[in-house]
Amino acid sequence: MATPYQERKLRDPALNPGDKEYFDAAADGKLMLKKCGTCGEHHHYPRSLCPFCFSDKVAWVQAKGTGTVYTYSITRRGGPVPYCIGYVTLDEGVKMMTNFVDCDFDTIKIGQKVKVAFKKSEGGFSIPMFTPA
Amino acid sequence: MSIKGKAYIVGAYEHPLRKAPDKSVAQLHAEVAKGAIEDAGLTKNDIDAYFCAGDAPGANVWSMANYMNLKLRHVDSTDMGGCSYLVHVAHAAEAIAMGKCNVALITLAGRPNSEGSSGTQVRDRGVNLPDAPYEMPYSPVTVNLYAMVAMRHMYEYGTTSEQLAWVKVAASHHAQYNPNAMLRNVVTVEEVLASPMISDPLHRLDCCVVSDGGGAVIVAKPEIAKSLKRPLVKVLGVGETTKHQMGGHVDLSYSGAKWTGPHAFEEAGVKPADIKYASIYDSFTITVVMQIEDLGFCKKGEGGKFVADGNLISGTGKLPFNTDGGGLCNNHPANRGGMTKIIEAVRQLRGEAHAKVQVKNCNLALAHGTGGALGHRHGSATLIMERE
Repeated sequence: MATPYQERKLRDPALNPGDKEYFDAAADGKLMLKKCGTCGEHHHYPRSLCPFCFSDKVAWVQAKGTGTVYTYSITRRGGPVPYCIGYVTLDEGVKMMTNFVDCDFDTIKIGQKVKVAFKKSEGGFSIPMFTPA
Repeated sequence: MSIKGKAYIVGAYEHPLRKAPDKSVAQLHAEVAKGAIEDAGLTKNDIDAYFCAGDAPGANVWSMANYMNLKLRHVDSTDMGGCSYLVHVAHAAEAIAMGKCNVALITLAGRPNSEGSSGTQVRDRGVNLPDAPYEMPYSPVTVNLYAMVAMRHMYEYGTTSEQLAWVKVAASHHAQYNPNAMLRNVVTVEEVLASPMISDPLHRLDCCVVSDGGGAVIVAKPEIAKSLKRPLVKVLGVGETTKHQMGGHVDLSYSGAKWTGPHAFEEAGVKPADIKYASIYDSFTITVVMQIEDLGFCKKGEGGKFVADGNLISGTGKLPFNTDGGGLCNNHPANRGGMTKIIEAVRQLRGEAHAKVQVKNCNLALAHGTGGALGHRHGSATLIMERE
């Protein structure tokens, strides 16, 4: 049995001050992270203060856009079409929530290599998703 | 300073309804308050502290204190999702120990069944949330936030769907004796696995019920508890925390119970092997397996083996759990199961559980709750109680 990816309506992100840069970069096909200039740690989701050392010397850096599947679940009921939610461990070491797209969901495995792919939300925001690398 | 022995649970009441379309949420809160006050043998005027959480109209104490016309000297509307009420017992015990109040009322009520709530719905969580832009486009819902945890648990520890199903089977064995339970039919592992897949690897029967109703408990200082005619249920130890995504270092292999369990056991001066009965939050079958491990009832990763083969069934299993049928079969009012966890533990300690599920010589019980979702952010609270 296969569960192919189908396009679905994605909610727009409700941006707070400080979020725009992430989604502007996504529109250019870039996945961004915040990196601390004091302790050197990446973090996600992006914040104005480093969640590890509380330094305000945090800056946007472009992630490689590759990683591995940490976990996933195919939600088969409740929506108009099945979708696959999960977390990816980025090569930079942090994990981010995402959806897996452009593949047969039934073939997804924990540990599998994936790369970023962008899908548009209802209002036209670019949302980082992942697909088998 | 410890709260050990400084407070007692003197009243407990679970609303009998599971569908209440003609009652307001405020009415349900007031009805469970009345039930718990009468169970204790107190009057409304004895209440001098009130605790409620996000299920209360207005999400704080104002409207319900007004509705019930309470005169208070201590209030607390801490919201930790479904485990809020365990946190409230802890806070009430702390306030009583500090002399801030004598008799604390804690209520929970809601109508998600009548309102058509489902664990597959995307819920609006409010405004100004810093995490929401990075999550909501992906449609996290209650069931997939737990399913991702179950999937990872299977990967790391070899846990199976059959093992998870045993949690539901045990709950159903208990629910058959509860006339108010939503699901009273005993189910088999095969029936759980044959139920529709909602979000891999969780089937419909891995999920708790959606019910209206509610419950309330009363916490009082020792002098008052000893003046009443009810069996004495003493608060021995408590723990509370929240676990989250740790700046991007997400680790779904354990829950906040790993931190709250040891705190509560240390304060109580007992160990997991001493516990005769445990109320374990059962929003999903995986929730139970995770908490049993983190509380120390078995080694990490061995929860699946531990719950298999009926080991949670009262009378035959090693750890009788959720003898009311739990959230999986009996009741999950307001989508928050912490209150009913306390209430069934109190019934067990009083010797007032159904005769078919009553644990013999039940003098030490644990209740543990998980609020929010294990897959991103959750509250965790542990409560250890003793029959005096």
